[in-house]
Amino acid sequence: MTRAEYKRRRPSGTFRVYDSLESMLKIAQLGKTLATAPPRKLFELLSMEVGAGECVAIIGESGVGKSTLLNCLAGLEPVSSGSIRVGDTELAGLGDDALSQLRRDCFGFVFQAFHVLPHLTLLQNVAVPLWLQGRHGAEADRCAQHMLERVGLGTRAHDWPRELSGGELQRVAIARALVHRPIVVLADEPTGNLDPARAMDVLDLLLSSIRDGGAAGVLVTHSHAAARRADRVFELRQDGLVQVMAAAQ
Amino acid sequence: MNPALVRLFAASLGRRRLATALALFAIALGVALGLAVQLIHEAALDEFGRGMRELAGEADLQVRSGRVGFDEQLYLTLALRPEIAEASPVLELDARLPGRAGTLRILGIDLFRVAHVQPALMPVADDRDARFAGLQPDTIFLSAAAQDKAMGKGRGVLRVQSGVKVVAFRVAGTVPGAGVGQALGVMDIAAAQEAFGQVGRLTRIDLKLAPGVSREQAVTRLSPLLPAGISLSQPEASGTEAAALSRAYRVNLTMLAAIALLTGGFLVFSTQWLSVVRRRREFALFRALGMNRGTLLRGLLLEGAITGLAGGLAGIALGHLFAALAFRLIGGDLGAGYFEGLRPSLQFSPGVIGFYTALGVAAGIAGAWLPAHDATLMGPASGLKAGAAEAAVLGGMKESRGRGALACFGLGLFACLLPPFGGIPVGGYVAVALALACAVMVLPWATRFSMQVLNVGRGVVWRLAHARLAAAPGQAVVAGAGVVASVALAVSMAIMVSSFRVSVDDWLGTVLPADLYLRASSAGASGFFDADALKLVENTPGVAFIDTVRATEVRLIDGRPPVTLIAREVSRGWGLPLVSGSLSAHQRDDSTGLPPAWLSEAAADMLQLAPGSTLSLPIAGRMNLFRVAGVWRDYARQNGAVVIGRDVYRQLSGDLKVNDVAIRVVAGTSVDEVALALREVFSDDLVDIAMPGEIRKLSLEIFDRTFLVTYLMEAVAIMIGLFGIASTFAALSTARKGEFGMLRHLGMTRAEIGRLIALEGGLTAAVGVGVGVVAGGGIAWILIEVVNRQSFHWSMDIHVPYAGLAAFSLGLVVLAAMVARVAGYRAMRQSAVLAVREDW
Repeated sequence: MTRAEYKRRRPSGTFRVYDSLESMLKIAQLGKTLATAPPRKLFELLSMEVGAGECVAIIGESGVGKSTLLNCLAGLEPVSSGSIRVGDTELAGLGDDALSQLRRDCFGFVFQAFHVLPHLTLLQNVAVPLWLQGRHGAEADRCAQHMLERVGLGTRAHDWPRELSGGELQRVAIARALVHRPIVVLADEPTGNLDPARAMDVLDLLLSSIRDGGAAGVLVTHSHAAARRADRVFELRQDGLVQVMAAAQ
Repeated sequence: MNPALVRLFAASLGRRRLATALALFAIALGVALGLAVQLIHEAALDEFGRGMRELAGEADLQVRSGRVGFDEQLYLTLALRPEIAEASPVLELDARLPGRAGTLRILGIDLFRVAHVQPALMPVADDRDARFAGLQPDTIFLSAAAQDKAMGKGRGVLRVQSGVKVVAFRVAGTVPGAGVGQALGVMDIAAAQEAFGQVGRLTRIDLKLAPGVSREQAVTRLSPLLPAGISLSQPEASGTEAAALSRAYRVNLTMLAAIALLTGGFLVFSTQWLSVVRRRREFALFRALGMNRGTLLRGLLLEGAITGLAGGLAGIALGHLFAALAFRLIGGDLGAGYFEGLRPSLQFSPGVIGFYTALGVAAGIAGAWLPAHDATLMGPASGLKAGAAEAAVLGGMKESRGRGALACFGLGLFACLLPPFGGIPVGGYVAVALALACAVMVLPWATRFSMQVLNVGRGVVWRLAHARLAAAPGQAVVAGAGVVASVALAVSMAIMVSSFRVSVDDWLGTVLPADLYLRASSAGASGFFDADALKLVENTPGVAFIDTVRATEVRLIDGRPPVTLIAREVSRGWGLPLVSGSLSAHQRDDSTGLPPAWLSEAAADMLQLAPGSTLSLPIAGRMNLFRVAGVWRDYARQNGAVVIGRDVYRQLSGDLKVNDVAIRVVAGTSVDEVALALREVFSDDLVDIAMPGEIRKLSLEIFDRTFLVTYLMEAVAIMIGLFGIASTFAALSTARKGEFGMLRHLGMTRAEIGRLIALEGGLTAAVGVGVGVVAGGGIAWILIEVVNRQSFHWSMDIHVPYAGLAAFSLGLVVLAAMVARVAGYRAMRQSAVLAVREDW
């Protein structure tokens, strides 16, 4: 999907609710071989579809390649075989700049270590994805402010990150991940650095935000408790993705 | 501290090899430059002093005058005194060598006296010569160095200039007692007086005192016998004079080296601070494991000390190398001409080596002090938290030390008002150091202020870079301190040199108003025009009128080099660039009836006289009173000069000789033709014939050569400043790879990250350059109004090379942006994937 088409489909100020049958993220026969000597097969033949407003969790043992899979989905690491489609766009064969452009428009990220920039205010942090899209000034501020309100930090827009707790920082990160209405949100251990009580609140906020935004959410986690909150849960094994929990409807 | 802990800290230097190497290099350079200046200068002074001691031999006291000399009657008077055991008369002159650069020192001696008082001057005849060759009027004895210097193809005959004629001497032997580098000739005193038109005159008498008479007693009893302008002093005094003469220049060069060292200290500060920031969690861990604050502080200071020691030792080696090269290439003179012709050899002095090594260590420790102190203040718990390093970057040095900056400014102004200490503008140098400190202290404020002013950009790269600098002005201090110091140095030197050059150029325009100049030799040397020669000049076709200049030397202050006395026509109103007073010989408010004298700025400073006051000048052995009519600017004679009317001088001294002739040609006549005609009259070897344009060009060439060494030092300082940017951005980019990784996730391209780093580097440098330019302007003012005035006693008009400075600043900012980008490239290249996984 080109950026122009994307904008046409997403008039500003509204959240388009996609048909949940419409798949936003689709991977097929995905394989990754590490260029070690001898080459090590990390995973192969992975297939999965995630619809609009749907959140899936991926669990698995350490070293099985969960984070690598997430990076491949974001176009940050090349895959060895198979295909990844985001909306209508096939990632395979795109150059570095095209992938950057795609991430700018279609992806949101939540990291375990938050990565909230310490030299920007909360509002500025949330607005960075909008700046990257060339949207500045009052409109960007309004969107960011709106997003901060949605994560419960509306009154603290002009505070600095150093004044926030871990849970609050992750809320800022969630706001940043969704402010530009991405069609895919990737989260790598989003609650890994939080205490259990906060973790579930933050996770609920993340998942509900993704669902409300009509995005496709992919959550990588160790925590079974966290994974259970997703719509579907896959376990990553060397020979594929195995669905271990169906949608909870 | 136990050896394991020492290793623990020292090993961290190895982990950041580039930054350590750069800091080490900067310190080495500072130490090397300072040491080389000192080594060269000390060796030259030593050589000079040794020569003086050899010449003085066993003399207890010396009677001296300027080159103009005194009546030999004094010798007879002194020789008969009971206080004197032996007196040896000397006529010393600098003989101009026809067709060669430079002069040869010739000593006319009394062979029978010299054996008792100055045995080193004892000439030894070649075998084939008669035993008393020394007594024959046409013979001379040359030291080995003089043979090399003065003798061309015609070995056996020395040709020297006397007036505008050439006299030839037979070289009858050598002066084996003269030191290795001493170029001198010895001949019979009566022959020398005759040959150089100095009949009946002496320049020095070396005295050996009778047993039981102390030097003090002798000075008290003999002084009343001396004519005015003649001093009685210990032989060491001339060495002291030479030291005083060149001290200011040496101190100036040493201060430049000190600034290089200071920049090196800043670089240690930058690298240490960044390293400490990055190792916060490591230190927190040590502290949690039980290391106390003291050990941590000592460990970190040790790192700085090791860098300083290594840099200091490298600098010692480099400094000796520089000095050895300088001796080989340019001799003992550092460009200002004080010790021209001296060829000293390199000396090793453990004291000096120890001092400069200690200086390197001190620079290292001083640079490491603040970061080390900062690290010990950190609580172990907060240091262990993720993001501690980044928080420290943002939090560190955020506050402008406003009060400190203000204090530095005030103290600096006060220091400018202090008088020189022992002829050295200590206050001026202190003010320069305070100006630098003040500039570094206002850097955080300047950063915040500029970011407020520059809050205009819309692009994401601009916004991010802008926000970074606005929120982390401490980063600007770390990266920019070196830039501020080096830019301030470069800008101040540029303004000073440019002001100086423009002033010298204007000055040359004023002092060279004639169409053509003839010069027989400079003030002290043996060439001169007599009445016959002047007639020849006047009668040359095309010459409208001539003005003559007689330059001699007079001693005005004991223990200081003699002052040049210039006798010339002044009332015609040309060629005297006055800064105060007037050129008119008769002033209305003058009731004294004394003849007027015009002092150069140096002379006015040294004698502490202003227009209207009275000056006494020793001329022909008598004190004569003059009225100070004006003060003029003189860049040529650092020891001071006094101008008096030609007729007054001739009347008082009876001296009709002339050194320089200024010629105005008849209107419509070509200057070249007149010059050609004069060349036919006088041999080209004996008289310099120059047009003002040529003199001006040559003078400015010499000027530029003299300042070449300062340009080189500036370039080094700028390089060191850029090192600071490079090492800071390399370190920061590594520390911020999480941030860059996240931005890559959000869709920034590599090129945009590169632009972000370059923009941050450029903005940091721009603020540093801005502050540096302002500080440099202030320092230039100090250099011009305080340092130059106090060390060289000359004033200049301030001239700022705006275009050059603008181009330089812009170039430096662009260069810094490029350097930052190259240094930060590692961070851009690094996989965004790995970056965000790290728990920073």
